[in-house]
Amino acid sequence: MKETPLSNCERRFLLRAIEEKKRLDGRQTYDYRNIKISFGTDYGCCIVELGKTRVLGQVSCELVSPKLNRATEGILFFNLELSQMAAPAFEPGRQSDLLVKLNRLLERCLRNSKCIDTESLCVVAGEKVWQIRVDLHLLNHDGNIIDAASIAAIVALCHFRRPDVSVQGDEVTLYTPEERDPVPLSIHHMPICVSFAFFQQGTYLLVDPNEREERVMDGLLVIAMNKHREICTIQSSGGIMLLKDQVLRCSKIAGVKVAEITELIQKALENDQKVRKEGGKFGFAESIANQRITAFKMEKAPVDTSDVGEKAEEIIAEAEPPSEVSVSNPVLWTPGTAQIGEGIENSWGDLEDSEKEDEDEGGSDEAIILDNVKMDTGVDISNIGSQDAPIVLSDSEEEEMIILEPDKSPKKIRTQTIGVKQEKAASKKPMKKRKKKRAVN
Amino acid sequence: MAGEMQIDTPIRAETGAEAGPRGPGCSLRHFACEQNLLSRPDGSASFLQGDTSVLAGVYGPAEVKVSKEIFNKATLEVLLRPKTGLPGVAEKSRERLIRNTCEAVVLGALHPRTSITVVLQVVSDAGSLLACCLNAACMALVDAGVPMRALFCGVTCALDSDGNLVLDPTLKQEKEARAVLTFALDSVERKLLMSTTKGLYSNAELQQCLAAAQAASQHVFHFYRESLQRRYSKS
Repeated sequence: MKETPLSNCERRFLLRAIEEKKRLDGRQTYDYRNIKISFGTDYGCCIVELGKTRVLGQVSCELVSPKLNRATEGILFFNLELSQMAAPAFEPGRQSDLLVKLNRLLERCLRNSKCIDTESLCVVAGEKVWQIRVDLHLLNHDGNIIDAASIAAIVALCHFRRPDVSVQGDEVTLYTPEERDPVPLSIHHMPICVSFAFFQQGTYLLVDPNEREERVMDGLLVIAMNKHREICTIQSSGGIMLLKDQVLRCSKIAGVKVAEITELIQKALENDQKVRKEGGKFGFAESIANQRITAFKMEKAPVDTSDVGEKAEEIIAEAEPPSEVSVSNPVLWTPGTAQIGEGIENSWGDLEDSEKEDEDEGGSDEAIILDNVKMDTGVDISNIGSQDAPIVLSDSEEEEMIILEPDKSPKKIRTQTIGVKQEKAASKKPMKKRKKKRAVN
Repeated sequence: MAGEMQIDTPIRAETGAEAGPRGPGCSLRHFACEQNLLSRPDGSASFLQGDTSVLAGVYGPAEVKVSKEIFNKATLEVLLRPKTGLPGVAEKSRERLIRNTCEAVVLGALHPRTSITVVLQVVSDAGSLLACCLNAACMALVDAGVPMRALFCGVTCALDSDGNLVLDPTLKQEKEARAVLTFALDSVERKLLMSTTKGLYSNAELQQCLAAAQAASQHVFHFYRESLQRRYSKS
């Protein structure tokens, strides 16, 4: 499905509103939308909602052999996917420019900033390291994908626990979660992306643009920063010229926003950990707001399955027993061939037979017709009472031949097998009868 | 209120990690559903069965690619996305099963030359995933207002090595089971729309599972009805 284009009216309206320092959702220039973080039951699974934009993050790990040039470092892999669920314009299985750009930015923000200690992911130098894979799925696109994705990625990484391993000599032992508690990744800092949208060649600036605002913006500046106000990545796109002051001002704003978001993330992580420790309810089921009218929950329901056995017996008793399929014993014609059941006999290589078939096929249509006629006429004849009638039937050679040999076996078979063609024959019957009568007269 | 609290406490121990068995009798895990939670798709639903969770989005009836256009009915597409990695053969096979089920109930002839796309995202898999996918797809189709001749639901049964029947099995129960059978049933006649099985089972066991699935489907359709009633209630 194609993206619905933005009309000129809408575009002008949005830009006018921005000029008047108003935003459609009632936010101020520097306001973020509400951020909600919820965790799944597995470790390393989270959903981040930034207003209506929603990203699902899942971290998984695997023991692999390291890259040749980095024998003592674990591997970090990021994969953001724009599912068609997020917006109809996203096509499945296609690497769009936007997707490549977002993935690259995520890698720069999280991998190149060395926020994860990759050396701690090494198990045996040069042989076994952990590969950490971060899968991010965009579930709903309402602008500012990169901020939501970067938050989801770092939250999922913080939440993730990998299985514990121990090395004794050459032996590597992997412990299941029951044997030993899984261990968290060592995270140095938490870089978070903050997006700034510029309008009218940089005259106006908005933090956290939504989808509509993204469509009318001239340029975008993304600053990735941690709470220590260290810039991890900075990227300007859209081809606008920014002044030094503007960039500095943006980095100051980013510092404030990152501090706020980091605090929120830490609170969410602590909360989840507390609930898990206490053995309370956790998982996505708990994050569904109960008071919402669109949501509904049902506690586990017992299903009465006591009569299932009887019901099944009844059905089986009622059901007609399958008709006995008699399978004949396999017949071995020649070595390497075998036959089961009653199929048509193999006629490969039997030249005479195949030729005969060909002939039959050529004249089959008429043959059926005439066979039928023959039967009908037979009755007619007996009614009339004359015995010598068949001789005078028609002028075609073939027809005559059939009349003379009415019981010729191959033709009988044909009339039975090709039932459809009898209809044709039926339509022609009356005419032939008339012919016959004339002949008698 | 006090009564609710009391009911709440014994359940608390079992949810979350869902380690303990659910007793010898058959029961469905707790269900939860939220509709219309995504803004972009025409219809969306998140369906939870225990810890298994699937998010579904439906677009349609919408414009269709010329190559996929069918002149007398809507083109139904189902996309299933796994949580990690790229969709593989297992996902394709599930997509097909779900699509065939949807095609049986969606009145596609009312919207010729359009497309109806169902996108399913696995959020967490803790057993009975296909059944949960089917339920999520149905709720999302309802939310999108796609005309259907009946609702449908998915029920998974597992037969363990002793021949005991388990409804709505968890991942652990599925792994230990001798056979796992998943059925899709319609809401009008409780007839079978789709069935897929894995493992060995006898003729009688199949009928037993089917009868149990039909009994369980009553609960699922009751859940559908109540959640829709709540949604369209005035308060």
